[in-house]
Amino acid sequence: MLGRLDIKYSPYLYIAPFFVVFGIFGLWPLIYTLRMSLYDWDLGSTVETAKFVGLDNFVMFLKDDDFWNSVVNTLALFLMSTVPQLILALILANALNKRLRGRTLLRMGVLIPNITSVAAVSIVFTQLYSRDFGLINWLLGLVGIDPIEWQAHSWSSWVAISSMVDWRWTGYNALIFLAAMQSIPRDIYESASLDGASSWRQFWTMTVPMLRPTIIFVTIISTIGGLQLYGEPLLFTGGGNPLLGGSDRQSQTVTMFLMEQFYMKFELGRAATVAWLLFIMILVFSVINFLFTRSLRSADGTAKKKKVKR
Amino acid sequence: MSTILRRRSFAAIALAAAVTLGAAACSGEEPAPGATEQITLNVDVFGNFGYEELYKQYMQEHPNIKIVERGTGSQLDAHNQQLTQRLAAGAGAGDIVALEEGVIISYLDKANLFVDLGEHGAKDLAGNFIPWKFQQGTTADGKILGLGTDVGSMAMCYRTDLFKKAGLPTDRAAVSALWPTWDDYINVGKQFKGKVKDAGFIDAVTNTYNTILMQKAGQGAGYTYFDKSGAMTIDTNPAVKDSYDLAVKILDAGLSAKLQAWSNEWNNGFKQAQFATIACPAWMTGYITSQNGDTGSGKWDIAAAPGGGGNWGGSFLAVPKQTKHAKEAAELVKFLTNPAGQIAAFKSKGNLPSSPQALADAAVKAAVNDYFSKAPTGDIFAKGALDLKPVYLGAKNAPVRTAVENALRTVEQGTKSAADGWKAAVEDGKKAAQ
Repeated sequence: MLGRLDIKYSPYLYIAPFFVVFGIFGLWPLIYTLRMSLYDWDLGSTVETAKFVGLDNFVMFLKDDDFWNSVVNTLALFLMSTVPQLILALILANALNKRLRGRTLLRMGVLIPNITSVAAVSIVFTQLYSRDFGLINWLLGLVGIDPIEWQAHSWSSWVAISSMVDWRWTGYNALIFLAAMQSIPRDIYESASLDGASSWRQFWTMTVPMLRPTIIFVTIISTIGGLQLYGEPLLFTGGGNPLLGGSDRQSQTVTMFLMEQFYMKFELGRAATVAWLLFIMILVFSVINFLFTRSLRSADGTAKKKKVKR
Repeated sequence: MSTILRRRSFAAIALAAAVTLGAAACSGEEPAPGATEQITLNVDVFGNFGYEELYKQYMQEHPNIKIVERGTGSQLDAHNQQLTQRLAAGAGAGDIVALEEGVIISYLDKANLFVDLGEHGAKDLAGNFIPWKFQQGTTADGKILGLGTDVGSMAMCYRTDLFKKAGLPTDRAAVSALWPTWDDYINVGKQFKGKVKDAGFIDAVTNTYNTILMQKAGQGAGYTYFDKSGAMTIDTNPAVKDSYDLAVKILDAGLSAKLQAWSNEWNNGFKQAQFATIACPAWMTGYITSQNGDTGSGKWDIAAAPGGGGNWGGSFLAVPKQTKHAKEAAELVKFLTNPAGQIAAFKSKGNLPSSPQALADAAVKAAVNDYFSKAPTGDIFAKGALDLKPVYLGAKNAPVRTAVENALRTVEQGTKSAADGWKAAVEDGKKAAQ
């Protein structure tokens, strides 16, 4: 009797820890944040004393140039860091997939930037991009370009910050691509070689299409990471009020905008509103990605069918 | 059977573990207070307040009280963030917390989070503090949020090596005499730039702007961006526009080295002798010493700030309402901030007192700084602090100040004209005040 109960219910018990923890640290804050976002909730307010304002906070931010500025910065940083990053990672993975001397060492090596702390990477890159003593401005000086104050403009801080992100995440994504590449049977490459296909052509017409599901996965993960970008721009901005992203909010991302509401303005309700706006933004991008995935998967299916016919 | 048994015992262990975990989470409570109550007071600070000897003395006089200082040596930003979180959570803050000047002002309209020290006898202590310092910790309706510890005061640190190169006097009395007003200061800067091309006269304009604003506000209406009713005055108070125009004049004269405070370039600027003067509160001397290192020793000196006294920085001690020992904590705050306590802190860590009695103390008056060509720092900074007139700062002062500073910075970086910068300052300032 006990044994049967055990068989029936203990599986639920085993998976319970995840759902209990998720409920406490994931779901409940999500709901509570939604509630807070509907109030004029100051530091020191409680549910009883906060004033209910409905969607006023949302309306306020949708009309706020500074909020949209942070959205533009985030999207620009996301595009400028993710696109080159994934292309580089693909090329890197393809190279690592070849028969090389010291393969394991090289494969481990590309992961090293990823295990370095954000703070360390940011400090080094901020030095590289330093106005007066930076390596990059020195190199630009050699070809006759005047020193650039990288923190002072939007475009330049985007370049600097996305290079930081690329440095940290390219190797990580390359390893995921590499794992997927190794599941592609070798013999199709052999027959392609016999047919006289160049290695570039093999990469472009065989490897990339067969990696599609992995590419989609990596894109979604990078999307979520990219839209929540915080540490790199914060440390790169430096100075007295780094949360603002510089004197003209050149490099303020949405997450930094959120923290500004909390730590600089003590507006907990508005911070919650920004959190929800960010959540919705990520949701929208995920849905776009999902639709994209579905159409790509069907394209993948027809590609396979064609191959069988041939 | 055996597999089922094993699985069941595993489940039991998992369950037991979960239960212990829950129990552990609940066991952090303090023992119930008894008749001869033995209590612990946590004091949350950043940096070094220099209170070790004072704690010992206080604990000896009050055997039932144990004092624990937390956060010694920590960064101000980390301290502030942690405090904000703990106040929002309603638990975890110390019985006494240190609030930096800018921070206490932003808590003025959140006075319900702190114990009104006026209810614990602090009202009679006004005479123990420089008037503007006492006022900064008091709300518009008279609640006393915090009592002052130290002040930054304001002077002008300058490099004697660069002054010599420019053919300017290097003696501190003669240098102070060069610039009674900011216009004089700008003229000296132009002379300097005529002789020395590869260094700025000033590091950056923002900190100077803040000093000028406090001076002009003290001489004028007695407030900066907000009047005492809380109304925004950024575009109606002449002190703001005058200070902005003076700052622009400094920029137009080409005096700024354009090194943003706290950036790597700024830190490097000390070592590379890239600027000749810097707005210099008492604590800045320590920063210059550490950034410029041994090579800078004897190359710096301190003169009076143009336009009268000033202040940048300094702190307060406050008691969050969430404490269980409001009375005992308030007593300790009074003990630590009284003139004797401030003198002890000055002797321990060199924190400049905010009490006129302590500033008049022989030990403070006699202090000299060897690194700054043996400048009598105690005397210079005491004067800078006492010269400043009280200025009312609204609760939203910090975000508005940041907005104006940033507007000035865009003018300095050349991305905006002076007129556009002013427009942005007013616009962003008004928005930041919401």
